[in-house]
Amino acid sequence: MTASATTDVEDRHKLAQQLAQRTRSNLLADRTLAIASGVTLLMVLLILTVILADVVRNGAPRLSWAFLTEAPRDGMTAGGIFPAIIGMVEMVLLMTLAGVPVGVATAIYLHEYASPVSKLTRSIRIAVANLAGVPSIVFGLFGLGFFVQFIGSGIDKTFFHGEKIYGQPALIWAALTMAILTLPVVIVATEEALRAVPRELREASLALGATKFQTVFNVVVPQASSGILTGTILAVSRGAGEVAPILFTGAAYFLPLLPKSLSSQFMTPSYHVYVLSTQSPDVDATKPILYATVLVLLILTFTLNVAAVIVRARMRRRAGKIA
Amino acid sequence: MLASAPFWHRAAEWVLRALAASAVVAIILILVFIAKEAAPIFYSGVVRSEVTLAKMFVPQLWPGYDESGSVWQPVSEIPKFGIWPLILGTVKVTVVAMAVSVPLGVGAALYVSQYARPSTREVVKPIVELLAGIPSVVLGFFALMVMASWFQNLFGFESRLNALVSGVALSFAVIPVIFTLAEEAFGAVPRSFVEASTALGAARWQTTLRVVLPAASPGIAAGVALGLGRATGETMIVLMASGNAAIVSASLTDSTRTISATIAAELAEVVFGGAHYTVLFFLGTLLFLATFAINTVGDWAILRMKRKLGATT
Repeated sequence: MTASATTDVEDRHKLAQQLAQRTRSNLLADRTLAIASGVTLLMVLLILTVILADVVRNGAPRLSWAFLTEAPRDGMTAGGIFPAIIGMVEMVLLMTLAGVPVGVATAIYLHEYASPVSKLTRSIRIAVANLAGVPSIVFGLFGLGFFVQFIGSGIDKTFFHGEKIYGQPALIWAALTMAILTLPVVIVATEEALRAVPRELREASLALGATKFQTVFNVVVPQASSGILTGTILAVSRGAGEVAPILFTGAAYFLPLLPKSLSSQFMTPSYHVYVLSTQSPDVDATKPILYATVLVLLILTFTLNVAAVIVRARMRRRAGKIA
Repeated sequence: MLASAPFWHRAAEWVLRALAASAVVAIILILVFIAKEAAPIFYSGVVRSEVTLAKMFVPQLWPGYDESGSVWQPVSEIPKFGIWPLILGTVKVTVVAMAVSVPLGVGAALYVSQYARPSTREVVKPIVELLAGIPSVVLGFFALMVMASWFQNLFGFESRLNALVSGVALSFAVIPVIFTLAEEAFGAVPRSFVEASTALGAARWQTTLRVVLPAASPGIAAGVALGLGRATGETMIVLMASGNAAIVSASLTDSTRTISATIAAELAEVVFGGAHYTVLFFLGTLLFLATFAINTVGDWAILRMKRKLGATT
């Protein structure tokens, strides 16, 4: 009796020790996992910080109002990037005009009209997902093969007796190529906004006797306007930063004149960065300008992305309130 | 019956449907038009006198070489279109990029979704997404001007621009893709999973590694697949930071050249419709099909995750 009582106590003691040991090693494992994953997050943030710090430190001294409003001089070693900024604005405007309406219409159709299981809907969704994954250089090839060679040369043959006007890299072809590239961005953002519009609004509108068309365009789409704005902003940001799609469809290294028609070539900051960093005749002389151009490009895309985040956050908050 | 809607209210639906179909039209046009420019490699006598599929894929014994090999020299006196140096280069750079971005992307997502306070999460997520907003030409610029020198000083590489430098730079573009999808996948794991595991006496790390991670794995796989698609097709970073030497070498510290960079670097200087032009479009078609396959797997994985987790909540 007494003997078994002692072993019982000993067993309990051992068990308690084992438990404490296990708790301790579990705590250690918990902490190791938290710290290890925390370190990976810090590394990601560090990458971003280092890139930004380097660009700001080397780019800020050269950045000035004159840099934004002057043309390049002396073989890109002096002056600014005014023509590149104008070129970008023109390209992005054309891209938005061509791409956003199509993207918005696609999202409206997918979310408001289409049956979710129809063959057309499914193929549109597959197409949009895959369009988002097509490498940007393939868009460049497509722009050259389709817009420049096929459409452009076709226009020249039909209207200009074969004189080369549209059958070469041009502002319009770069913008249209970029419009297709950014289509998924617009579609995804618009659809997300449409999804956030409460069903009750649609039902109320229909119950009041409004047609489907009136409901969609007078009730639902205005509610989703911030989502459309988000999509447009993100598309513009993407379009301003991409280089590969415009390499062969319209971007130029240096142009003495601003682009004055749809068939002109154009300069743009992103392409400027590429050319200055790889083909500069005098790397040290162009370096300050290169850094300043990168800084302009980063400020532009970051401002646009932050704006998109803010608009989207507001939209979500409002949607949460209504629901 | 109420007065029926005006005709154009119904016509609007047809207009919308036609515009919506344009995404389908676009993806078909892309494939058709790059394949059309690549097709002469199969039938054009002029093109085939310089290059055939066999000459691209089978190592050839070129005059002046001691043994047969796959050589990419499209503008030499005897144009050589051996494709293996480019495929090897693409694989090397992609492997480096994935080796860096998968642990960092998944690890950061794990921390943000499992350990970070909600207030931290609200700040960190948009910041990582800013990384996604950096244009690839800026990452390429940074790798070329800054990172390559750091790496060379640190490790003493023979060639300043190489597979390792461009692969690491490429991972900066891939990390946000993996992070975003992995974070979403971790967040979508139902609370009941975690509660059940805890109730059964599992420690937190056991719950995280043996319950949450497996449950989120289809989403993580989707992120990895989409990141892989991005890495394979990304152009500007590798064009600027890889050194662009088309050589057959297994070393990560040798200058290297990818399929995408080859198209970008060479297309501007080729004769329209010539052998070189045709081959570059052929490379584009390969790239399109490869990324299409990778992305399809990724989308399928996303769908599976949604279905799997949706069924249990």
